Amino acid sequence: MKLDSKIPKGELAEKWTKYRGTMNLVAPNNKRRIEIIVVGTGLAGASAAATLGELGYKVKAFTFHDSPRRAHSIAAQGGINAAKNYQNDGDSVYRLFYDTVKGGDYRSREANVHRLAEVSRNIIDQCVAQAVPFAREYGGLLANRSFGGVQVSRTFYARGQTGQQLLLGAYQALSRQISRGSVTMYNRHEMLDLVKIDGKARGIIARNLLTGEIEKHAAHCVVLATGGYGNVFYLSTNAMGSNVTAAWRAVSKGALMANPCYTQIHPTCIPVSGEYQSKLTLMSESLRNDGRVWVPKKKEDVMAIREGRKNGNDIAEDDRDYYLERRYPAFGNLVPRDVASRAAKTACDEGHGVNSTGLAVFLDFASAIERYGKSEAHSQGIENASSAKIKELGEAVVEAKYGNLFEMYEKITGENPYKMPMKIYPAVHYTMGGLWVDYNLETNVPGLFALGECNFSDHGANRLGASALMQGLADGYFVIPYTIGQFLSKEIRTPQIDHNDPAFNHAAKETEARIDKLLGVKGNQSVESFHRRLGKIMWEYCGMARNKEGLEKGRKMIQDLRKEFWGDVFVPGTSKEFNPELEKALRVADFLEMGELMIVDAHDRNESCGGHFRTEYRSAEGEAERNDEDYKYVAAWAWINDGDPVLHKEELEFNNIELKTRSYK
Amino acid sequence: MKLKLKVWRQKNAKDKGQFELFDIEASEHMSFLEMMDVLNEQLIEKKKEPVAFEHDCREGICGACSMVINGQPHGPQQGTTTCQLHMRHFKDGDTIAVEPWRAKAFPIIKDLVVDRSAFDHIIQAGGFVSVNTGQAQDGNAIPIEKTQASKAFDAAACIGCGACVAACPNASAMLFTAAKIAHLGLMPQGKIEENQRVLSMVKKMDDEGFGKCSNTGACEVECPKEISIANIARMNRKYMAATLASDKK
Amino acid sequence: MSLTGLFLISFLLIHLLGNLALLKPDGGVAFNLYTEFMSNNPLIQLVSKLLYFSILLHAIQGIIIYFSNRSAKGQRYAVKTSKNTSFASRNMALLGTLILAFIFLHMGDFWYNLKFNPESIPMVTIDGVQYKDAYHKVVTSFSNPLIVGAYLIGVLTLGLHLWHGFQSAFQTLGLNHSKYTPIIQSTGRIFSVLITIGFAMIPAIIFFKNM
Repeated sequence: MKLDSKIPKGELAEKWTKYRGTMNLVAPNNKRRIEIIVVGTGLAGASAAATLGELGYKVKAFTFHDSPRRAHSIAAQGGINAAKNYQNDGDSVYRLFYDTVKGGDYRSREANVHRLAEVSRNIIDQCVAQAVPFAREYGGLLANRSFGGVQVSRTFYARGQTGQQLLLGAYQALSRQISRGSVTMYNRHEMLDLVKIDGKARGIIARNLLTGEIEKHAAHCVVLATGGYGNVFYLSTNAMGSNVTAAWRAVSKGALMANPCYTQIHPTCIPVSGEYQSKLTLMSESLRNDGRVWVPKKKEDVMAIREGRKNGNDIAEDDRDYYLERRYPAFGNLVPRDVASRAAKTACDEGHGVNSTGLAVFLDFASAIERYGKSEAHSQGIENASSAKIKELGEAVVEAKYGNLFEMYEKITGENPYKMPMKIYPAVHYTMGGLWVDYNLETNVPGLFALGECNFSDHGANRLGASALMQGLADGYFVIPYTIGQFLSKEIRTPQIDHNDPAFNHAAKETEARIDKLLGVKGNQSVESFHRRLGKIMWEYCGMARNKEGLEKGRKMIQDLRKEFWGDVFVPGTSKEFNPELEKALRVADFLEMGELMIVDAHDRNESCGGHFRTEYRSAEGEAERNDEDYKYVAAWAWINDGDPVLHKEELEFNNIELKTRSYK
Repeated sequence: MKLKLKVWRQKNAKDKGQFELFDIEASEHMSFLEMMDVLNEQLIEKKKEPVAFEHDCREGICGACSMVINGQPHGPQQGTTTCQLHMRHFKDGDTIAVEPWRAKAFPIIKDLVVDRSAFDHIIQAGGFVSVNTGQAQDGNAIPIEKTQASKAFDAAACIGCGACVAACPNASAMLFTAAKIAHLGLMPQGKIEENQRVLSMVKKMDDEGFGKCSNTGACEVECPKEISIANIARMNRKYMAATLASDKK
Repeated sequence: MSLTGLFLISFLLIHLLGNLALLKPDGGVAFNLYTEFMSNNPLIQLVSKLLYFSILLHAIQGIIIYFSNRSAKGQRYAVKTSKNTSFASRNMALLGTLILAFIFLHMGDFWYNLKFNPESIPMVTIDGVQYKDAYHKVVTSFSNPLIVGAYLIGVLTLGLHLWHGFQSAFQTLGLNHSKYTPIIQSTGRIFSVLITIGFAMIPAIIFFKNM
C-alpha cells in the first residue's frame, strides 16, 4: 500500500492558505442532506461536531459518557499554546512550528505542524469569543505562561483548569447545535465497530450502554475523535474510561495505526502509593515554571528520607542535586517532558529516589516562594521584611498561581506542599501515536477521519506541553470543517446511506457474537486483574526505557495474557442491560491487541527518539540517539489477526528544518 | 482499617431498591472510589454483581462521580469530589452509608448511577454564546478586567456533577443554572444575549422538574468547586430584569 | 414569597412597637387609645386588608412550594445530615404552619372578640370618652399560663422562621454582595432575636405581674 500524505505543493507557509482557497466545497443545499457521524465529543470531537453542524451538515455525535462535558479533555490543566506573540518575546508561527517539530524529535510532518501553528491563533480568538475565562493581566489583556521545551511565553491558561474551560466552550457550542437540531446527540453510546460499504466508511455499530441494544448508525462519512490509548498501561493519567476501542475497531477494519510506540511519560505526577491504585494524577507541567526538581546527593540522606527520619527541608542546599539545572543549563527545569522523565528515572535508578518505593523525586517551591515573597514585599513597600513575612507573601503568590494544584496534591497525599517539597514521578500521560491520517485528516480508509489524540499527525515522537489542547481544537474547529469537503464533495450524489445494508447487519452480528463470546467465557479472573497485568507488562517492557530482549519477552507475555483472557475472564451480568463490567471487558480485549502492536513498533524502531527510548541507542551521556538515516519515517501498521502486523512506511521530508540532535543543554 | 459499608442497590429505575451491607478492609491512603473498587473486586470474585457507580477522571474535574456518603454529596470533606476523598477522613470501625443522588429530575439508572441529562438540556436551552466558528475577532480586542474574568471563572468552575441538586432538600438546580448564567453574563462576549439566556434556561430548569430554591444554602456547602450562592442571587436579579424588559406579553 | 415576607416583617416591627404600649404602667390607657386608633383609622384598615391578603398569599405559596419541592425531591435520603443547612432553613414550612396556627389562635383570642364579640369586652372611660378595654382583655388572657405558653412557643417559632426568612428574602430578590450580605445577615439575626424577645416579653411580664 502506498501511503499518500496528500501534502499540498508550494511553500511551507503558503500551503494551507492556498489549499484552503482551492479545496472542493459542498454547497449549502447539499450539506443539508449529507450525514456525518462524529464519535467522541472531547475537544476535537465536540468542536468538530459543532462546527460541522454550524456549516449545515446533518451531524450525529456519539459519546460513551453520560454527557459530552465529561470527556477527558476536561482534565487538561496547564494551558494551550498559540503563536500570538502577545508577550513580544519573539514568538511567531514559524517558531511554534519549529519548537513543535524539534520537541517531537523530528518525527512529525512539517506541513501538518505548520498548519497547526497557523491556526493556533484563531483558536484563542474563537475561545475568547465563546467567553472562555482565560487568565488576564491587570490591564485586561490575556496572560501567558511558559511551558517545557520552549523559550517564549505562549501558553494561554485558565488557572489550572484550561482543558475544562476549553471543553466547556466546545460543549456549549455543541449544545447550541443540538438545540438547533443540526446535531443529534447520542450519549452513553459506545462505538463497537466501523461499517464499510464498497471500501468507504459509512457508519458505525454502537452499543446503547443503558439498554445494551446494538444499534446501527449510517452516514456519508465517519469522524473519530476518540482520544488516546494511554490506558493500555493500566496506570496512567488518563480517565478510567479512556480507551482505544473505537480506533482499534477501525484498525480491525483496515485503518492503519501509526507510530503506536510513541508514548508520552509525563514527568510530574503524584507517585504510586499502593497496589490498589486505580490511576495516577498529574501535577501540571506549569509547576516546572517555578518548581525546582532535585534529589539528595548523598545516599545516607536518601535512606534517611525513605525511612522518615528526615524530610526534604532537612537536606542542606549543597547536598542537593538539581539535576535538570545541572544537566540542561539552557532550559533547566523546563526541558521537554521526555527529557525530564528520563532524567527522573535515571536519578531513581541510581538510587536517589525519595519515597519508600524509591520512585520519586522532589519538586521544590521554596526558592520560588522566597523570590516572589521578596518581590511582593518590595512592591508593597515593606522594607527589611522578616523571612516569615517573605514566606507568607510568597506563598500567597504561589497560591494564586497554582492554588488548586497544591490543594489537589494535599488532598491525595495528605502533605502540605507549601511547607514540604512535593514528591513526583513520571507517569503515562499521552500517546503521540494514533490512526494514520493524511493532510486532510483522512485515514487510509476513504471517508474515515481521525482528529485530536486519536490521530498521529502533529506531535512526532514527543508532544510539547499545552499542545494537545491546541491540536484537538485546531483539528475540530479549523481543519476538518474544510478538509472533510474534499471527500464529501464527491458524495453529493450519494443518497442517504441505508443502515439496513447487509454490511451493517453483518457488522452488528459480529459485534453481538463478540459480546456473547466474552460473556460466555465465565472464567475466574476479573477484567480489572487482566488489565492490571497488561499494564505491568507494558510498563516493564515498553515503558520509559525499552530494549530488544525486553520487547520480545513482553510481546510473548501479552500474547499469552490475551489467550488467558479469552479463556478465563469473568464478566458478570448480561449483554442487554447497563453493564459497566462488560464495557470494560470489551475495552481491555482491544487493549490486549493494541499493547502487542505497540511492542512490535517499539521493537522495529531501532533508535531512540522522543518518548521512545531504546537503551541500546543512547550517547555516552545517556541522551537519546536518533537514527535519521534509517528511521525517518512514520510507521503505519496493519493489524493481522493471529499474524504479524504489516508495516507501511511514510517517509518524512524535512525541507524547512535542519535535522539536528535535539539539545536542551 | 475495617469498615462497614451500607450501599444502595437498585436494579433499575422501577425497582424499589434497598441497602446492602458489606464488610471491607481499606487503607487510609485509598481514595473512596478505590475502596469501592476493592469492594467490587471482592464481589466479582464471589461471582456477584458489582456495585454500579459512575466515575471517570478520578481527579475531581469530570464531574462523573456521584455518591451521597453519610447524607452528604461527595462525603464529609468540603470542596472535594468523591474521587478525591481519601479514606484517611474516616475512622477504623466506621459505618458508611452510600446512596445515589436523589432528585426526581435525576432518575436512578442502577445502584448509584443516575441520569443527569437534565443538566445538558438546561445548557442546550441557552448556556452558550451564539458565535459560529470563524467569526471571532482578535482575542485581545476586548480587554476584560482581571477581577471580572476571575469572578466569571469562579462560576465557570462548575463540573456539572449535580451535588447541588443532590444536597438541596428541594432538588433545585438553581446553583448549576445560575453558575452558567453568571459565567457567561460576566464576560462581555456573553453579556449580549443574557436576557434571553436567563429566561430560557430558567424555564428549562423548571420544565425538567427541579424544585424551587428556598435558600437553604446546602448547595453551596456541598459544591465540590465551592461555587457561591451569590450567583443565584445574581440570576434572580437578572431574571426579574429580563422579565420586566421582555417584549413578550 | 420574598415580597410578602418582607412586608410581613415590616408589619411585625410596627406591631411590636405598638404593643409595647401594653407595658406602659398607665393601667392600659395608651394601649386602649392605640387599639381604638388601629380599629378605626381608614388607612390602617386598608393596610390591614393588605396584611391579611399577604399572610394568606405567603401561606398558600409556601404550601404549594412545599408540596412541589417534596415531589421534586422524590425519595429522601436514608441518612439525614444537618451539616449543610440550618435547622430553620430546613423547616420553614413546618415553622410557617405553626405560625399560621398561632395567628389563628391569636386572632381568635383578640381580634375576633374585639370585632365580632364586643359584649365580651368591658368598656372603659378615658378623658370622658368610652373605649373598649382591650387592655383588660389582654391582661386576662395573659394570666392564663396555657395561653402564655402558647404565645411563647408561637413567638419562638416566628423567631426561627425569621432567622432564615429575613436574609432569604434578600437573596431571592437578588441582593447578595460580598460587602452587604454579611450586614443583611447579621441584621436579620439581630432582628429575629429582638422580635422574639420583644413579643415574648409582653405576655411574660404581664403574666408575672399578675401572678
